[in-house]
Formats: sequence, structure tokens, C-alpha cells
Amino acid sequence: MNAVTEISSRESMVDDDIVLTVNGLDVDIRTPQGTLRAVNNVSFEARSGRTLALLGESGCGKSMTAKAVAGLLDPVAEVVGGSVELGGTDLATLTPKQRLKYAGPELGIVFQDALTALNPVYTVGTQLGEAFRIHDNLSAKAAKLKAIELMRRVGIPEPEARVNSFPHQFSGGMRQRILIAMAVALNPRLLIADEPTTALDVTVQAQIMKLLRDLRTESHMAVVLITHDLALVAEEADTVAVMYAGNVIETGPVREVFGSPRHPYTRGLLDSVPADVGRGADLMSIPGSPPELHDIPQGCVYQSRCPIVQDICRAVRPALEPTGQPRAVACHFPEESDDE
Amino acid sequence: MSRPPRKAPQLPSGGRAVSPPGTEAIALPVPVIKGTKKTSLFRLLLKDRFATAAAVVLLIVGLTALFGPSLMGDLSTKQDLGASNRPPFSIAEGWAFILGSDPLGRSMLARLVVATQTTLSVALPAVAISLLIGSVWGVWAGYHRGWRETVSMRVADVIMSFPSLLLAVVILYVFSPSAANIVLILALTRIPIYLRTARAESAELQSRTFVDAARTFGTRPNAIIRRHVIPVVTPTLLTLATLEFGYVMLAESSLSFLGIGIQPPDVSWGLMVAQGRQYLQTAWWLSFFPGLAIMITTVAANILAAWLRIATDPAQRWRLTLPRKRFVARTAVKEVP
Amino acid sequence: MNDTKPHSTPLLEVRELTKNFHVPGSGSRILCALDKIDLEVSHGETLGLVGESGCGKSTLARTLLMLEKPDEGTIRFEGTDPFGLKGKQLLAWRRRVQMVFQDPFASLNARMTAGEIISEPWMTHKDLYPTKESRQIRLQELLQIVGMRASDAGKSPQEFSGGQRQRIGIARALALNPDVIVLDEPVSALDLSVQAQVLNLLNDLQQRLGVAYIFISHDLSVVHHVADRVAVMYLGRIVETGTTEEVFNRPRHPYTAALMSASPQLDVTANETRQRIVLEGEIPSPLDPPSGCRFRTRCWKAQDICASDSPPRVGSPDSALHVAECHFPLTPEATSELLAEASARSTTTAAQPHTITTDSGATC
Repeated sequence: MNAVTEISSRESMVDDDIVLTVNGLDVDIRTPQGTLRAVNNVSFEARSGRTLALLGESGCGKSMTAKAVAGLLDPVAEVVGGSVELGGTDLATLTPKQRLKYAGPELGIVFQDALTALNPVYTVGTQLGEAFRIHDNLSAKAAKLKAIELMRRVGIPEPEARVNSFPHQFSGGMRQRILIAMAVALNPRLLIADEPTTALDVTVQAQIMKLLRDLRTESHMAVVLITHDLALVAEEADTVAVMYAGNVIETGPVREVFGSPRHPYTRGLLDSVPADVGRGADLMSIPGSPPELHDIPQGCVYQSRCPIVQDICRAVRPALEPTGQPRAVACHFPEESDDE
Repeated sequence: MSRPPRKAPQLPSGGRAVSPPGTEAIALPVPVIKGTKKTSLFRLLLKDRFATAAAVVLLIVGLTALFGPSLMGDLSTKQDLGASNRPPFSIAEGWAFILGSDPLGRSMLARLVVATQTTLSVALPAVAISLLIGSVWGVWAGYHRGWRETVSMRVADVIMSFPSLLLAVVILYVFSPSAANIVLILALTRIPIYLRTARAESAELQSRTFVDAARTFGTRPNAIIRRHVIPVVTPTLLTLATLEFGYVMLAESSLSFLGIGIQPPDVSWGLMVAQGRQYLQTAWWLSFFPGLAIMITTVAANILAAWLRIATDPAQRWRLTLPRKRFVARTAVKEVP
Repeated sequence: MNDTKPHSTPLLEVRELTKNFHVPGSGSRILCALDKIDLEVSHGETLGLVGESGCGKSTLARTLLMLEKPDEGTIRFEGTDPFGLKGKQLLAWRRRVQMVFQDPFASLNARMTAGEIISEPWMTHKDLYPTKESRQIRLQELLQIVGMRASDAGKSPQEFSGGQRQRIGIARALALNPDVIVLDEPVSALDLSVQAQVLNLLNDLQQRLGVAYIFISHDLSVVHHVADRVAVMYLGRIVETGTTEEVFNRPRHPYTAALMSASPQLDVTANETRQRIVLEGEIPSPLDPPSGCRFRTRCWKAQDICASDSPPRVGSPDSALHVAECHFPLTPEATSELLAEASARSTTTAAQPHTITTDSGATC
């Protein structure tokens, strides 16, 4: 397959190289209540051949972080601090025009709702071929051939026939494959997947996640997976950064973070999952709900729901501090683990 | 229990740490929020300068129509052939001729004011009638769907396929062009606009989940329409009516211009424009000021309609409450080598 | 549980329920949404309904709520068929079953206050709480039952979070004191921490009021937690029914096994590569369902007989009430075997769908 030769023609990629470093990212958003901080001091890393999960509930800022990295922020939001380094270049300092060179060859994005992410009036072949026409300057015909190849690579049956179909003529799972195909068309180093399977059935979800895994292995991509689904993170991700109210509150390898969580919020989340709790017994739930953007308190963002909150938590916001390689937690009273 | 500050500690997997060396975690400043939760429609209006200006203009027009004629007395009908075709700003003869006078020496200002009342008294009832009939019909057709919808839409198509002005001309020629007839014919030709919009919204609403919920308790269709459909379609239809007001005014003016609208000695803006046509070279103000009045009122109505469209939609209203964007240069822009 | 008297007839009995839709298009195409559905729900019990998109669970919910009329088959509430009733009698029956919808944003009218939304059912059933005072009192009671404050009655839905809106929806469903509540994905749109709160609330309500639930969800862990019995739907048919323990631990139908296997598990102590069955292909269109067994196009056990004959309903060695519709139902040993087989197959390259040709001879 041509795709294979293309991979080998790039500089030889190996796993575990740092591909993306986000450092101290701040994003402000203008709202009727004034300018608010939506993403605060967020730092994480993505490595080639590995999946980093940004885990959090709705409103925690994970989608906005992803959009900030990709340069797709709404006009009312803007990056006001920090850096986003992809392969040595700080994307946050680039003009939109300069950024264009990165979208595609370096960075690919998969969105949640394939139906709204695809243009309904263009055929799938045209949309898939767009990347090649823009970046590789191919003719429409050559781009179409590439599109067919791409569809085959992501497992769409009879691509020669379906390349001229429109997005609404595909099922949800197929559309998501098309979206993934568009994102990996130019073999980017980094793939950001924003809730890629939330709208899909469970059996289709399994297929899509398998596809992502295969693609990642093939081309040593770094994958940033944004989701609220703990089980998905447990199965698919290597490292996780847990976000709450715009801040990263815990990071580390998935097995360790889920096996022995340090932050009370992570612990609370894990306890909320209906596992093998007996029927009729109550689930442990975190009381209250996440704060609104304009209500984020001084001090620790989790103070209003934390079972072990103290005075210092209300006064001083804990920084993300490493607690034994390679984990970090932002808490004044993190749980001690057995093996430190 | 606090950890000692570290000097640029390593991130879990080797990157740079977040907090600068030597500093503890610092509480971030939280912006003081001073927004009122429920911004009233009036305050929203004041925020948008254009919309406020438009509202003020329409208010002035309305007040003029209501109180103007009584203030003017008989100035509009008092003929003075010695003062015929005075240009504007001939204040030497008194403030009455500030906008000039017509061939019969009547004060332009006074005539304009009286014409306001006539024009509005045709345009407003026409809009009200078509709004009422079209909306009720459309909501009913859209909710029930099926043959009721199809038949209603075909009737609307028939009405719309007649060139409305031509229809008006014919009807008014056959029956006499009284103000009441003008109102009726204008109302008739505009009904399909409301009918189609109301039907479309009603059809969409009746499939919404909260309407389904109401059906599960056994609510009757009329009750559902009253409770759920009408409150939602009303803002759209009112916005439409504001736009239509401008159109109806222009239509009346065209009819009067053609001679089958308002008949002298009654006066409307359109009629004034018509009467001034032959004097365009010599007494331009005869057509200019009524034309200007038509234009200003129509533009104001359109601007207000555009604002209303956003303000009455709870989902879009936030756009009007955003603070103005200040152009702040980004500090700490680093050049990466 | 609370003290419900044992009832002789089941609360809700569905037999051979069939519902077709006519799809406008070239020729009259028929979409068979429900195909001879059989269900039973007893007083105070929770029946979990599991299935993916296109399986007909929403249509089933709407038919149970009498928003759609079935083409064939019967629904009986304690022995009476409500579709045979008219007027006031029908209205009285509507009180027996209510619904909680999936989308907390769309199911509430944004222009009404919470109090108006919850009391809306009483405007149609005026005899329930005839005086204004009795309605006020009951409204306060309902708000309190679902864990909201009295002051919330005057607020509009935009001022509430998703979880709170769902509570309003639950309060509205309780307003007519129903015997059974159909919940269509009630927690799918909620955050995890809020989900736990709402599930606890539902559990609490069931214990206090003895109301039965039909809990529709695609999230197996949630269903496992709340349901007494489970029914699995695929393309308009119920392919397996049984108690939660039976269906989850000893699935008989291949689709059930695949569903259990495909759901991600939150268990970091397990082996790195969990063996799972990854089904190939897509769900067939309900306009053109496969002949014989509808699952055969994605089933790894499919044989010729699956295409020609509809599968029979068979019981299980452990319980006659644990039924599945399959020519070759799974046995516990077979399940572990096939997981090993499936993991071997899943390591091969990109999924190519099964190409068993479907003949369009399926009738409903």
C-alpha cells in the first residue's frame, strides 16, 4: 500500500518520543459576566505511539484545551498564556496563516459528531482529497485516488463505489471512519480525538477504537483522547490527565492513577461508576455539581465538593506537583499510596 | 502541611514544571462578576445604539400620528395662494413653512404630520389583521399536519402567486378605493407570509420532546397549541410583522402614487410624493420630504426587526449582552528560533 | 423492598407487539420497527431494555406511552387493553404510565418555570388535585422528593444543570402517581458524578413508592446496577430475556455476548489485552432486515438455517424463564472458547464486513 511507503519515507519514528508539550496553557473567554478563565495553567505531554487521555466531565475545559492546541478556538475565546510546542515550534505564537502549514501534516483532529463535522454538500471523496490538494498540490484526479486508498485503509467497504457518496448516505460508524481518515490523511505526528465515540453504539465504538489503535501503531502517532468515559480511558489510554474546572488536577499512567488515585476528585469519579455494587445499594456519588465558570473559587477548585477540605484549600490553590515518577497531583492532602 | 518550594521541578515525564521556581501555589485572581441575571428587554435595547435610535424614531412617528394633527389644527388645509411653493427654511413667514409649502400654499410640515396619521392608520391595521389571521391559521395547519397542512399551503400559494399590487389595483378599481378597502386588500395579500412561517414553526415544534411529554399526559391539541406552540412562535411572528410594516407602508404609498390609494383631500405620504412629481425640477421638497419620511420609517422598522429577532430568541440573546471587545495586544509573545 | 401485596396479574404485559412505519419513497417501503415483541413487567420491578440504535427501543417506549398505535399485538395494564378505551377512561389510564426522556434540555419547555412544568399534567387531569392549595402542596412534596428546593419552582430550565433538569423531568413523571415509569436513557446525557446521584434517587423512589421502571439504556454497567430483569433488543426483536445475573453472566444469544464484550470495562487490574469480540459489519437497515434471524449478517455462528428459518425461542439449562431466540444458543463453555477465537481474529488487519447477501424477503 502506498500508505506504508509514505510512512517509511519520513524520519524513522519510534515510540515514546515527546511529540507535543503543552505548558501552562491559559485560555480566557468573554462572556456576559465578563472575561473568565476557562483553561488555567494546563500542562501535559503526548508521546509518539502512546495515547494520552484528557479526562473530565462536561465544562471542565478539556474540549477547549484541545481547540486551543489545534488553533480552533471560538472568536470569544483566546489563548492568553503558556505554550503549545509541537515538534519544536510553539503553535500559540503563530499567526493563523502560519498555523495552516501544520494542520494536516503535523496535527489531525477527529471531532465528536461526524454528521456536523462533514460538509453535507460535498462528496466524501472531495472532502478526503482536500488535504492532498492543499498540502501536496495534487490534481483533483490524483487526490481522488488517494481518497480511495484512504477509505480502504480505514476499513470502508467498496471504496471505489462509495467515494462519490455524500456523508448522509453513510451510517454513523462509517462517518466516523471517514472523519478519522481525513485526520490521518497526511500521517500527522499528533492526532487529537475529541469524544470520537460518544455518539456511537457500543459495538461500533469497539470497532472505531480498534481502528485508532491500529493506525497509531502503524504510524507511531501520538494520540490525545478527550473523553468523559472512565472505562474507555482504562481500556485505551496509556497516560491520563484528569481535568476539573479548567485545571489539571492529576496526571500519570492510567493503571496507577486508576489503581490508586491520589486526588479526591479522581477517587470520587472512580467510586461513582456503577461497578459490582449490589442492586438496591446506593452508589457513592460526589455531592453537588461542578462550578460554573464565573463561580470558580479562589484556592482549590474542588473545595466545594471535597470531603477532606481544609482552610488552606480555600485560601491557596495547589499546584500540580510530582509525587514520585511519573505521577503528579494538585492537592494539599493527596492520598498517600503504598508504594511511594 | 506545605511542601517546600522546588526549583523548576520536572514534570512526570520530563517536561518543565508549571510554577516558576521559588513560588508557592498562588491563588489566582477571580474577576468580579457584575452581570444581572435577567437583563430586561429594555436594557438590552439600550445596549445597542442603532436599535435604540430606531426605536426612538418609530416612537416619534407614532406620537406624531397620534397627537400631531390636533396640534396642527387647520394648518394643513389652509390654502394661501400667495405663499405657494415656498422653499424650505422660509421662516420669515413663520415656523409653519420650515419645510416649505405646496402649490396651494399649504404648510408642508402640517401636511406631513397629518399624512403620518393617515399612512399609519392604513399600515397598522393591515399588518394587525394579516398577522392575526395568518398566524392562527398557520399554527393550526402546522400542528395537525396532513391534509390541513397541504390545503392551507396550496391556498397560500394561490394568494402569493397573484402579483399583489396588480390585484390591489384591480380590486380597488372595481370597488371604490376607500381606506377600509385598502386595508383589507393589503391584509389579504400579506396573509401567506405569516401563514407559512407560523406553519413551519408549528410543524417543527409539535415534534419536540416537551410536546411529546404533554401528549403523554393526554393533553388535547388545542391546549398544547395554546401552552407550547403559541408562546414560541409569537416572537418570530412579531419580528416578521415589524418588517412587514415597512412593506405595507410602501405598498400603500405605491397605490396612492398610482392614484388608487388615498384620495384627496385626505393625504398620505405616498400621495404627497405623487402630487409633487410634476414639480420635481422646481419644487423638489414637495416629493423629497414625504419620501424621506417613508424611507426613515421603513429603515427604522427594519433595524428594530433585526434586533428583535435576536432579542426574543432565548438561545441567541447572549450575543447582545457581550461586553465590547477590547483590542489587547498579547503580552509575552516569544519568538521561537 | 417495601410491602407491595402480591398481584396475580403482571402490571404490564406486552404480547406480539408489532409496529410498522410507512416510509415515503419509491413504492411504499415499510420500516418494521417492532416485530412481535413480548414483555412482562411486575409491580415494583425494574426491567432493563438494552439495545443499540435502530433496534426499536424508542418506538417501544412511545408505544407503551400510547403515543403510537400498534399495528398488531396487545398491551395490557393489569388485564385491560388501554387502546380499546376512549375519552375519560383513556385519560384515566394515561396516569398509570409516564415517561422520563433522555435529553434534559429538550424535554422541558424553556419558556415555562419548573413549577409550571411539573404541574402541567394536572391541567389535563383536573380531578386529581382540584384546588389550588392541594396542587401547591403536592408540588412542594414532589420537589422535595426529587431533592430540589421549594424556591426552585419559580426558576426556568436554563438556570438548572443537566442533572437538576432531569430531576424536574422525574418530578413531572411522578405528578400523576403512575404505576410504571418508562425511562428512556435517563442518565446518558449526564456527567458521571451526577449520574450516580440520579440513579440513587431513582432507586430511592422505587423503594418508597413501589413504582415499576422500564429502564432503557445502552450503558451496560448502569443497566447491571439498576435492573432486576433484562431484555436485549436487536433490530426490532427481543433476542434475549432473563434476570440480570443470568443475562450478564451466562448470555445465550451471540449478540448479547458481543454486547457484553464490546463494552469497555473499568478494571485496571485485568490483563492488558482483554479478549473481546469485535463484531464485523454494520447494523443492517431496518428497512431491509435480513431474512430468518436478523443477526445472522454479523454472527460468527451463522449457518444456512439461520437465513431460511426464524430462530425459535429456547429456554436455558438453568432457568426456563431465561430465553433467547437462536438456532445455536451459547453455552458457558462455548462463550470462553469463542472469546479466545475472537481475540485471535481481531489482531488481523482492518475489519472487512461479512458479505452474506441479504435477500429482501423478510416480512414483518
